Amino acid sequence: MPQANVSMQVVQINPTISRIAIQGELSASAENTLMDAYSRASTPGTRAILLDFNNLTYMNSSGIGLLVTLLIRMNRLKQRLLCYGLNEHYRHIFTLTRLNDVIKVHLTEQEAIADASL
Amino acid sequence: MTEADHSSQPNIPRNASSWAQEVNSLEITRVPTGAINLNVEGRQIVGPLQGFGQLWQKTYRVRLPDLTQTPAEVMQHWKTNFIHYLLPNQRFFPALNGIQPGELVLINASMTGMPISTGVMVLYSDDESFTLITPQGHPESGWNTFSVSNEDECIVCQIQSLARANDPIYEIGFRLFGTSLQENIWRYMLNTLANSFQINGQVQTSSTCVDPQLQWSEAKNIWQNAAIRTVFYTILFLPIRWLSKNKKRPATTPPTPLQKNTDSQPPT
Repeated sequence: MPQANVSMQVVQINPTISRIAIQGELSASAENTLMDAYSRASTPGTRAILLDFNNLTYMNSSGIGLLVTLLIRMNRLKQRLLCYGLNEHYRHIFTLTRLNDVIKVHLTEQEAIADASL
Repeated sequence: MTEADHSSQPNIPRNASSWAQEVNSLEITRVPTGAINLNVEGRQIVGPLQGFGQLWQKTYRVRLPDLTQTPAEVMQHWKTNFIHYLLPNQRFFPALNGIQPGELVLINASMTGMPISTGVMVLYSDDESFTLITPQGHPESGWNTFSVSNEDECIVCQIQSLARANDPIYEIGFRLFGTSLQENIWRYMLNTLANSFQINGQVQTSSTCVDPQLQWSEAKNIWQNAAIRTVFYTILFLPIRWLSKNKKRPATTPPTPLQKNTDSQPPT
């Protein structure tokens, strides 16, 4: 497996919402990094996780597959996955792959937090 | 496909041109010779989140040791010869442009003797990988990614699917026999690909059930089941076509000599 060219910063925004900021490339090699970040972001009280895509530089179809896997894992724990900071290109990819049917896409972190708090 | 250089443009990733354009529904501009265009036109594409059955990630890999080609060269070879690495009862008809983002590939196949006409769309294609995504009515809802990488100085070719059965009938079919049929298709492809480099590859497989839940809200997909529709098409439409063809033929015309069935040739 090629080395992952990505880092993920995890921040707990409040007891029920956490954020994972993705910096770099989301491809098959990012699997361990993403799942490790999710393990750190998910606490027994976590109800929603926000993915910050502001510093995403590259994503291929394997990267989209990782998001599907993460979403399924979160659904099992009745957690919601939301995201923000996607540029126009990746918003189009979310629509194309119909990820936006199940992952709420927001423009800003404030919007995403407001939605996650509902 | 070569990735276009977008590095000077802000917010446009370097692989932007590797993705298909957004489509509301599939549209076929040209049907390849010999292909049946059924169950594709007007359909929406569906991913691993939209189908009915359990979601599985299945991986098939073959190592090609001592190969001097780069992953990009092997991928180019794979794309060019893709249809020749399929089992004889799996006929794929790519567009003239080949495996390019957004292009459709019509499929006329057979599942345990039952015909099925469907297709896939090239969702993503770059120098070292490509991904095919399924339309409504296809046996699976999801995608297959074909990739070549260099691992520990060895070329590795991989097929990875992330998909679930599109409706309850397909789910039953996969549980009874479909999974092994599908495994045969991709094992055959990787073996044939390895053989084309004079390598006797050992295909390794692994599968993980990502989501064991059935999505009952998607049971209605059965109305678009491509296998059922193809059977109806075959039963109803083909005899009508045969009859109308024979009606047009003048009674005095002597029987024409048997022609070579060009359909049995792989499309180019």
